[in-house]
Amino acid sequence: MIGEPLPHESASLHVTGEALYTDDLVFRTKDVLHAWPVQSPHTHARITALDVAPAYAVPGVVRVLTADDVPGVNDAGVKHDEPLFPSEAMFHGHALCWVLGETLEAARLGALAVAVDYEPLPSLVSVRDAIDADSFQGATPHLARGDAEGAFATAEHVFSGEFEFAGQEHFYLETHVSLALVDEGGQVFVQSSTQHPSETQEIVAHVLGVPSHEVTVQCLRMGGAFGGKEMQPHGFAAIAALGARLTGRPVRLRLNRTQDMTMTGKRHGFHSSWRVGFDSAGRIVALDATLTADGGWSLDLSEPVLARAMCHIDNAYWIPNLRVDGRIAKTHKTSQTAFRGFGGPQGMLVIEDILGRCAPMLGVDASELRHRNFYEPGQDTPYGQEVRHAERLEACWSQVLANGDVARRQAEIEQFNASHPDARRGLALTPVKFGISFNLTAFNQAGALVHVYKDGSVLINHGGTEMGQGLHTKMLQVAATTLGVPLSRVRLAPTRTDKVPNTSATAASSGADLNGAAIKNACEQIKARLAEVESDGLTWEELVHKAYFQRVQLWAAGFYKTEGLHWDAAAMRGTPFKYFAYGVAAAEVEVNGFDGSYTLRRVDIVHDVGDSLSPLIDIGQIEGGFVQGAGWLTLEDLRWDESDGPNRGRLATQAASTYKLPSFSEMPEVLNVKLLEKAHEDGAVYGSKAVGEPPLMLAFSVREALRQAAAAFGPAGTSVELASPATPEAVYWALESARSSLPADPASGPARDVARDSALAELGGV
Amino acid sequence: MESSTITVNGEATEVTDVAAHTTTLDWLRSRGLTGAKEGCAEGECGACSVLVARPGADTPTEWVAVNACLVPVAALDGQELVTSEGLGSCDSLHPVQREMAVRGGSQCGYCTPGFVCSMAAEYYRPGRVSAGAAPSTDGNGNGSAGDHEHGANGFDLHALSGNLCRCTGYRPIKDAADALGAPAAGDTFAARTSAPPPAAVATVLSVDGAEFRRPTDLAEALDLLAENPEAQVVAGCTDFGVEVNIRGVRAPYVVAVDRLPELREFSFGDDEVVLGAGLTLSEIERLLEGRVPLLAEMFPQFASRLIRNGATIGGNLGTGSPIGDTPPALLALDASLVLSSPRGDRVVPLADYFTGYRTTLKEPGELIRAVRFPLPLSPVTAFHKIAKRRFDDISSVAVGFALDVIDGSVIRARIGLGGVAATPLRASATEAALVGRPWTEQTVREAAAVMAGEGTPMDDHRASASYRSAMLGQSLLRLYAAHRQEAIA
Repeated sequence: MIGEPLPHESASLHVTGEALYTDDLVFRTKDVLHAWPVQSPHTHARITALDVAPAYAVPGVVRVLTADDVPGVNDAGVKHDEPLFPSEAMFHGHALCWVLGETLEAARLGALAVAVDYEPLPSLVSVRDAIDADSFQGATPHLARGDAEGAFATAEHVFSGEFEFAGQEHFYLETHVSLALVDEGGQVFVQSSTQHPSETQEIVAHVLGVPSHEVTVQCLRMGGAFGGKEMQPHGFAAIAALGARLTGRPVRLRLNRTQDMTMTGKRHGFHSSWRVGFDSAGRIVALDATLTADGGWSLDLSEPVLARAMCHIDNAYWIPNLRVDGRIAKTHKTSQTAFRGFGGPQGMLVIEDILGRCAPMLGVDASELRHRNFYEPGQDTPYGQEVRHAERLEACWSQVLANGDVARRQAEIEQFNASHPDARRGLALTPVKFGISFNLTAFNQAGALVHVYKDGSVLINHGGTEMGQGLHTKMLQVAATTLGVPLSRVRLAPTRTDKVPNTSATAASSGADLNGAAIKNACEQIKARLAEVESDGLTWEELVHKAYFQRVQLWAAGFYKTEGLHWDAAAMRGTPFKYFAYGVAAAEVEVNGFDGSYTLRRVDIVHDVGDSLSPLIDIGQIEGGFVQGAGWLTLEDLRWDESDGPNRGRLATQAASTYKLPSFSEMPEVLNVKLLEKAHEDGAVYGSKAVGEPPLMLAFSVREALRQAAAAFGPAGTSVELASPATPEAVYWALESARSSLPADPASGPARDVARDSALAELGGV
Repeated sequence: MESSTITVNGEATEVTDVAAHTTTLDWLRSRGLTGAKEGCAEGECGACSVLVARPGADTPTEWVAVNACLVPVAALDGQELVTSEGLGSCDSLHPVQREMAVRGGSQCGYCTPGFVCSMAAEYYRPGRVSAGAAPSTDGNGNGSAGDHEHGANGFDLHALSGNLCRCTGYRPIKDAADALGAPAAGDTFAARTSAPPPAAVATVLSVDGAEFRRPTDLAEALDLLAENPEAQVVAGCTDFGVEVNIRGVRAPYVVAVDRLPELREFSFGDDEVVLGAGLTLSEIERLLEGRVPLLAEMFPQFASRLIRNGATIGGNLGTGSPIGDTPPALLALDASLVLSSPRGDRVVPLADYFTGYRTTLKEPGELIRAVRFPLPLSPVTAFHKIAKRRFDDISSVAVGFALDVIDGSVIRARIGLGGVAATPLRASATEAALVGRPWTEQTVREAAAVMAGEGTPMDDHRASASYRSAMLGQSLLRLYAAHRQEAIA
């Protein structure tokens, strides 16, 4: 069964609409109360008075929850810097208190009636605001290797620049939702759309001031998560649980899209400043960079996100001398959080941007420049981990060149560009090397519970959650394969904290690695016990039946911890990753010279998933990750009001009508995805590799292709700065800048020489 | 309150315990039909897509997909509705469901029921399967026939332009669409299309001081508006539904006009085209059959199929929005509006209709009955929409062009602009810079410089003011690049 291309285990339920999500349970639950927040209209303000009495005058309002109601700790995070009911609004839309109503409408009207007095305070909205004000939070890690200054002194070329790029809204189709009920004795049962049921349980318990064993959290499935439900669900679950405890009635808290977008964290935008040195052969000899993550109002996961960004600034490239400083800006925005790649994409974007900008100034084709700097087997990362299987970068690269017929198409593109005055095409290849495992070693453990019933049917339960990534499908395959039974004999029960405790988040792409190994361990225990039973000629069902009567334990708890990991977070050194996942993408775009709009004509990908557990699932992850990455880099445009007007700090793109994610029009016209063959990974479950995050970063190829197409509007060797996201407007300004470098054309539009001059000054070749 | 009944998945279902503003989505979910989901509540994501039976152009009835989050349940009184649960079940998957399931078309599954409904509407679209065409795909979404947006089986990808998926990257969904054959003999949904559609039903839903009314004819509608000058007029609710869901607007009195027979006129005469204000964009697209190239170019760029199935042309003008997509095109077509009131009809040139930001010449109690524009059409036309996303986005700038170029000279020019001022407007200075001049690169470059100065564009989250201005000028250059040959003709 392992390696079979199976559809998602819930596919039939999905397509018929029968699959249940947390909010679908409301119809099946009696006497539910609905929750609505009172959100701050100020970006930063002290709450001087909060009068909830008027809310109680609204028909249907049952209860208003405030800080005074919290029996335990008034905090929703693990860093104790996220008051659940704040006395100071730290961002526009911050929830200050919650109204429970018989209907959602009653709760909404009740929230409108709550009277709040604010004392507005100065705010920092952009990451530059925070840098200028020296507003930082959390750790300031430092990663170094070799002698960067010495290398710069002897480098043939030194360039420097800055690059600020935007974050990304998760836009899981299912917004945050929790439904809490009180069982007997005050025990709380919370159904939550959460990637991290154990931590949701812990936060609910600490808010309620009860031990964890009084709280059970279940996650049926999520309608997408992408990291946005790793840390962010806890507070909402705690509000629902608190409401249920205080009223004795079930409480449903579901954010509508506007609330979700204005209240919950997103991918961190970053500011970076850098200096890079190359030798005469175009090899990087030194990199010096400062990465500033825009953390928002609280720490959340910003520290590990920053650490991963720093551990991925090398991407696939050998950088012998390196110095990277990291810091986290504290701004009055949502608290930015995990998002597929978890800082890795941000670190890698910096080096890919550097290579894309510098290649023309070095007189080297950008793809060639990338290839020339690849890691070779035996080299290690700046933090001291051996880059095992570095040869797979080369394998992926050469296969993409061949599969994509790249040489022929490059020639066609040159012809096209020479013969089309108003359009340009570009083709770029970019690599991915992504470390797999949680940076924090302790999180790399997992548990599972496997039951074999007397009739031979099997029920499995594990600590991972299903968010669409196909984890449960893979886990069924692992169990069936290990036990040697047909897939139809195995069922999987929803993730619950009273089945498997102390779980790690389903995150860091590690879900299948960790939980699969735990399930395999449990199944192997059962197999070993069954091996003691005389089984000649018996069917599975007969064997199980016989074993029961011989008093053989037919269930087992499985456990797994990843071996060989160590990480010194203070020194930024160690072997934090079990292995690296590799991939290469080639993307071809066509850019319209009139408006900067573009189409993604063709994408070829070769990606390393080890021995695939489930190829249909893995290809789905690669394609979906790629398109999501392309969305981040080209289309999705988070805009906060940075003016000094009355809406300062308000998220301007807070709805699907203003924040556009990729739709069918962004899908590549041709998309060829191949899994790297002969890619067995020793020591991982059935030789497989993680696939959730790495493919997102294959989308750098799209951004770099756009840069090359924009540059092709100018003379050969034009270096182009491209904003991120590279929206049509951003591409238009990039191509205008390139076009303005052409010999003077009296008929051309307004000159953009100023922008170009400043760009070149910034890049300033030394 | 009088009783309302909706046929849901074949079962007559009484509408009870709802408010006047209750959406079809909330009503379905409150009845346990939780397949349709709320993803955005503003008609952008399609997770709530359901099928409704509507009068068809080629068959008596058509299955049309709409956003259940925008349509008040009261607006569906007497109608027939099908959800993903009604299309098939796990034991008996509908062909669309089967293709979506086996090809990996669902990952998290949350958007899937909506995709299934949108795809099913296209599956049943009369005339989709052209003779001899067979479903074909190489497994990588690279159909062997048709273009990227049209499968060899006639499947128009624009049918899914209003559905968002955050997981798959769309390729397997496209594979599923391209793999669909023709409905089998005996398919009950296909059979339903040859019977008459459900009639519009006069509706009065009055709850807690709020009322939803669907009058039977124009006279009654005008009477209701005369009695209630503050009444909210709705058609497809694609704009007002957003106000209800996102901004919490609760209108005390709503009058639905989209099914009034007097607002559903269509004629394509010798010297004039008349489009009833209550026709949806999708209906107009089908009725015009490409005979007005400027509009044919606009339709696929107007929101999504899901929205076009509900949104009416009268509604798009009634809101007075400066960024609607029809006004720039209709301004270029020199359109007029027929406004009806109890005092009779009056005809207003569209160029005079917009008076300010979301204000118009339309008086309280007046209804837009029809849109008219003269024939023959100008030979050089184009509709340029500048937006971040090609499918289903709101324009930062939209331009409609209609030029008469005769013997190498510009005889007449009408250019409609959206997104560059508080109202849609004509680019009068640019028109003046073109008319009477030779259709040459020099004329166009000079006029483009004038055009870049039209309007008073703003900076916002969609685009900068400087980009908007640049796009105006570039738009004329782009038109010229596509119509250079008229200089010689």
